[in-house]
Amino acid sequence: MSEYFAMFKMKLIAGMQYRAAAWAGLATNFVWGFATIMIFQAFYRSSSAAPPMEWSQLVAYNWLRQAFIYIWAMWGQDEELLAGIRDGHVAYELCRPYDMYSFWYARLCAMRVSGTALRFLPVITIALILPGAYRLTPPASVGALAMFLLSLTLALALVVAISMFIYILTFVTLTPQGASLIMYASSEFLGGMLIPIPLMPEWLQTITAFFPFRYLGDLPFRLYSGNISGVDAVFQIMIQLAWIVGLILLGRVAFRHVTRRVVVQGG
Amino acid sequence: MIRLSNINKTFKVAQRGKGATAALVSLFHRQYREVHALDDISFDIAEGEIVGYIGPNGAGKSTSIKVMSGILVPDSGECNVMGYTPWKRRREYVRNIGVVFGQRTQLWWDVPISDSFDLLKSIYKIPDADYRRNLDLLTETIGLREFINTPLRQLSLGQRMRAEIAASLLHSPKVLFLDEPTIGLDAPSKLAVRQFIREINAETKVTVMLTTHDMNDIEALTDRVILIGKGRILYDGSFAAIRGRLGAALSTEEVIAALYGEHGI
Repeated sequence: MSEYFAMFKMKLIAGMQYRAAAWAGLATNFVWGFATIMIFQAFYRSSSAAPPMEWSQLVAYNWLRQAFIYIWAMWGQDEELLAGIRDGHVAYELCRPYDMYSFWYARLCAMRVSGTALRFLPVITIALILPGAYRLTPPASVGALAMFLLSLTLALALVVAISMFIYILTFVTLTPQGASLIMYASSEFLGGMLIPIPLMPEWLQTITAFFPFRYLGDLPFRLYSGNISGVDAVFQIMIQLAWIVGLILLGRVAFRHVTRRVVVQGG
Repeated sequence: MIRLSNINKTFKVAQRGKGATAALVSLFHRQYREVHALDDISFDIAEGEIVGYIGPNGAGKSTSIKVMSGILVPDSGECNVMGYTPWKRRREYVRNIGVVFGQRTQLWWDVPISDSFDLLKSIYKIPDADYRRNLDLLTETIGLREFINTPLRQLSLGQRMRAEIAASLLHSPKVLFLDEPTIGLDAPSKLAVRQFIREINAETKVTVMLTTHDMNDIEALTDRVILIGKGRILYDGSFAAIRGRLGAALSTEEVIAALYGEHGI
């Protein structure tokens, strides 16, 4: 078994242990989910203009956002690794015969997969049977479902590729707070996870296009509901892929650089 | 097996006075002090040897271990371990060494020891037969059996340290670096760890370099000590010889204190 897969598997099993946390998280998902829908309901009712996103698309966007929070959210990083960089625990990692970037990448993927595995099914199931305006409608088509699943998988690869930069910056600054705080705030807003991107003013939408964040949640969730489809969908998935490749390449170079000149902290 | 020649390493340490004003000034103008962590370090260790690396806190022991295990690149000098320069071709090199940092753990916190071992098996690509043989040997010599299926977080420090050392030996390394393997252990655990190091060394001819502040470790394991202070090698040779010179009536601790005193460290 490859060491990267072995790490993935172990972290996956370890992550699934935390069931109490999963239940608590689930409750939060629903509180947020309902609150968000209610807020948008108020907006949609008070406006007479045709909204840029159909109501059912908005509801789908909302529930998928809750179900796949472990895919799009930048927070929820591996505290153990971050602490390890800070206190010098990382010394052990530096004397192992593996490619550290790949190893950490596998580890972060596993954390997100285990988190998602515990969350998505209950959220989706309940959202599908909710009454009236709150109900999650099924995917727009079989094609839309396929595109959604593909793009969601790529989003996992992308979120980890972006996350790696938090660890890289922590090697330099020795504290994850600065790097991660900027990343969390900007990713959530620019990724359309506070206000869906179609509801943003034109100029703001243009700005979000220059960042990788909207390919984490916005793209897969709109593919699901058919808000993005056809040629545009294929084109956007290509951009998503390009971000992944680019950020992994850049991350590898940066990672090698910081680990080579690392001064392990502590005696 | 291990040869260091004229290794130097200097760290820049940020300096600032105490108080808010000094903190504010240091935001704009940082002052650094240079610390010679390793100052012209040279020594030679033969295959199968056990060597005690001693010196007060901050002398450069851990820094040397980090250089030899490929974690830290020195400013100048040469280091050769089994024909490798540790910080070059790092991945290939580290396959041949085992490292234990007594104050840190290499095992995974929330899974049983056996799961951590299995992961190490994958990491080092240890063949099944070798793995089973090593695990049997380790289980027998260090009494792992009773806690191999317990998660790390539920182990005592003594059990943990035994598991740590076992973990560093699974891939049959030819060199073992132990950085304070007995730190914080109670008497029975210390005895067990020493016994274990001796047996493994006799059995597998693994070369062992260990740092410690407990001179009984040295007495139980080896006669050769390398004394380092303020980044320099101050003595390299027989511990019995120093003791003979300073007076046999002194306790081990007193001999070391006298030795530190002589060198003004």
